[in-house]
Amino acid sequence: MRGRPNLYTSYEAESQLMPTRTKKVILGLFLVVAVLMPFDLPIIDQLPVVRFLGDNVWLRLVNRALCFTIAALGLNILMGLGGQISLGHTFFGGVGAYTAVLMGGKASSNLWGWGLPMWLWLPAAGVVAAVVGIAVAPAAVRVRGLYLGIVTLGLVFIGLHLSRVFPEIAGPGALGRKWPRMELRLWKEDEPFLDFSRDGHWLWFDINKNQKTYLFLLVIVIVMAWMAANIARTRTGRALQAIRDRDVAAEIMGVPEYRYKTTAFAISSFYAGIGGSLFASLSVQLPPEQWSLIGSVTFIAALLIGGMGRVSGVLMGSFFVVTSHRFVEEIVDWMKHQAEEGGVFSGFFDFLISTGEGDGGFVSVMETALGYPLPVSALDDIIFGLLIIFFLLFEPLGLYGIWIKIRNYWKGWPFSY
Amino acid sequence: MSGLPLVLAANAFDTFVQTLFKALALGSLYALLALGFVLIYKATQTVNFAQGALALAGTWFLSIIFMDWNVPGRWIGGPGWVHWFIALVLAAAATGVLGLVIERLTIRPMIGEPIFSMAVITLGLEVVIRVVAFDAVNTTPRRLGIPWGMETFKIGGAMVAWSYIAAIAMAGVAFLGTWRFFKTRTGVAMRATAFDQEAALAQGINVGRIFAIAWAVGAALAAISGIFASMPPWGPAGLASRDGAFFAFRALPAVILGGLDSVVGALVGGLIIGFAEVFAGQYLASYTGVIGVGYQQVVPYVVMLIGLLVRPYGLFGTAEVRRV
Repeated sequence: MRGRPNLYTSYEAESQLMPTRTKKVILGLFLVVAVLMPFDLPIIDQLPVVRFLGDNVWLRLVNRALCFTIAALGLNILMGLGGQISLGHTFFGGVGAYTAVLMGGKASSNLWGWGLPMWLWLPAAGVVAAVVGIAVAPAAVRVRGLYLGIVTLGLVFIGLHLSRVFPEIAGPGALGRKWPRMELRLWKEDEPFLDFSRDGHWLWFDINKNQKTYLFLLVIVIVMAWMAANIARTRTGRALQAIRDRDVAAEIMGVPEYRYKTTAFAISSFYAGIGGSLFASLSVQLPPEQWSLIGSVTFIAALLIGGMGRVSGVLMGSFFVVTSHRFVEEIVDWMKHQAEEGGVFSGFFDFLISTGEGDGGFVSVMETALGYPLPVSALDDIIFGLLIIFFLLFEPLGLYGIWIKIRNYWKGWPFSY
Repeated sequence: MSGLPLVLAANAFDTFVQTLFKALALGSLYALLALGFVLIYKATQTVNFAQGALALAGTWFLSIIFMDWNVPGRWIGGPGWVHWFIALVLAAAATGVLGLVIERLTIRPMIGEPIFSMAVITLGLEVVIRVVAFDAVNTTPRRLGIPWGMETFKIGGAMVAWSYIAAIAMAGVAFLGTWRFFKTRTGVAMRATAFDQEAALAQGINVGRIFAIAWAVGAALAAISGIFASMPPWGPAGLASRDGAFFAFRALPAVILGGLDSVVGALVGGLIIGFAEVFAGQYLASYTGVIGVGYQQVVPYVVMLIGLLVRPYGLFGTAEVRRV
C-alpha cells in the first residue's frame, strides 16, 4: 500500500510507531545528529541551533532538559493518556532523588548513605518512587478532576515536611546534600569502569564530562521515550485512554478503572523517580525546596506547551521550558548589544533596556536585585507564565499542534485543501 | 503558626481559651480565603490558583493607597481606623477590577474548554501577577498600617489579639453578605449558572456577566483575606510580602474538605482546618522530636486526605453525576 499514507489494512499497520519510510529516515537522521551534536564535526556544526547547543555552557542545560524530559514523559502517561491531573509530580521526583542519595550517597556523622553503585541506586530510585505512587493511589484514585490535583498538591507539602523530619537523608539546612556522581562501578569502592562525571578519553578521542553525561542521558531518554511510546499502544495504554475520554463508559466496557489508574500512577512515578535522581546527580547538590510546587507547575507547562499525550510533544515541551530562560537571557543580551552599537532598531531596544543608573527602560541588564527596572530573571518568570496562558488560549495542542498545522499545509501544497 | 507566644496563660483552662480564639481566628481566615475560591468555582467551574497572587496584589494596593497616597486621610478627618477601612474597601475594589480584567482577557475565551485548562491558566496568571506585584514593582516588604497592630486584651487569664476578633468579624460579615447576595436577583442567576450554564442561558441569564461578577467579587474577597492574613499573628507583622501568595495554598485543604462548590462547606472546612492546625500546634508540641518542627503546617493536608477518603467530594460538595 505504498503511496497511500492514510490507508490501513490491519490494526497492526495502524498502530505502528513508524508507519512510513520518511518517518524512519527522519528519525534516523535526528538520532545521528543528536548523538554527534556535542562534538566538533564539520557538517553537524553548521546546522542551525545544533551549532550552539553543542557548546559546553549549553550542553549543561541540554543535560538538565534531558533529565526533565524523563520525568515529563512519566507525567504524560498519567495526564496525557490517563487524563489524571497531578500537581505532585515533583514529589515523586524527590522520592527518587532521596532514594538515590540514601543508597548511593556517602555517610558521615549526621548523614545516612550506603555508598552503593549507580546500577543499583538508579533503578531503585524508580522502583521506590513507583511503590510510593502505588501507596498513595488508593487516596488518589477515589477523587476526580481538580480534587485530585489538589490532593496531589498536598503530597508536595507533606514531602517538604518529611525532608525536614529526616535531615539525615535530606541534609541539614538550606544547602541540601551532595548526590552520588554518575559513574558505573561494580561495587562500593571499586574503580569505576565508566565515569560520566569526569573528563576523560574514549577510544581515540578526548571527551569532557558534559559530553559523556549527555551521551549517557541520551541513551536513557531514548529507551524511556521508546517505552513510553509503546505503553500508549499496549492494553494498559488503551485502557488509560478510554478512562481519559469517558471514565464511566470505560468502566461499563469492563475496564477496571481503579486498577489502571493505580498502574498509571506507578508508571508515572517510576519515570519521575528516575528523572529526579538523575537531575539531582547532575546538579551535585540540591536543597529540599527544589521539589516544590513550582516544579510541578513547570512539568504541566512542559506538557501543555509541547502537546499533551504525544512523546514528541513532551520532548519539544521539555526542551522549550528548560531552555527558555537561557534564550530570554541571550535575547536581552543581544538587544543590549544592538542598543549600544546602533542599528536599525537600536532606538527601540534602548527604550526597552536599562543599562545602568538613570537610563530608562524596563529591563535591567546591570542589576540582579529585584525591583524596577526588571532584572532578567523576573522577566523570565513573567514570560514563562504568559506562555502558559498563551498556549492554552491560542494553541491547546501546543508545539505539536503547530507542527501538525505546518505539515497539513504542505500536504496539500500548492492547494489549500 | 508562629507569631504570638505559644503559652502565655497561667493555667490549662486559660491556655485552652487562648487556643480556642486563635483557632477560631485562623479558621475564619481560611474560611474567608476559601469563600473566594468557592465563589469563583461555583460560577465559572474554575479553581483559581491565582487567588493567592490576587491576595498579594490586594495587600499591595492597600499599602499604596493607605500608606503612600494617604487616601482618604488627606481629604477627610476623623479617626485613623475609619480611614483604614475606607482604604480597605478601595483596595478590594481595585483588586476586583483586576479580577474583571483577568476574567475578560483569559477566562472568557476559555468557556467550554476542559476545566483543567482553565485551572492551568490561573496557574500561569499566578506566576505573572506574583512576579509583577512583587519582583517588578517593589521588593521591600511594605507596611499596611493596620490600626490595631499587635495589641491584645485579656479574657480572664487568656491573651487575645485584636486581630483575632477582627478576622472573626470580617469572616462573619463576608459570609452573611454572601448569604444575602445569593437571595438577590443576581445571586439567584449565579446559582442557576452554577447549576447548568446552558439552561441558564436559555432562561435569559447573561452568563458572561455572571462570570465577571464572580471574578470581581472573588478577587475582592481574595484581597480582603490577604490583608487580614498579613496581620501580626499570622503574617510578617502587618507587612505585605510575598509569603502572602503562598498563604492561599494553605487554604486549599479547607476548600477541598468543605467541597469545592459549597459556601457552607467553605465555612465549615475553614473552621475544621483552622481548629485542627492550631490545636495540633498547641497540644502536640511536646512530640516535635518525632513529628518534626513546623508539623502543624502539614496538618491541614492530612485532615484533607482523611476527609477525602471518607467523602470524595468534600463534606458539602455536590457529587458529580456520572453518566455516559
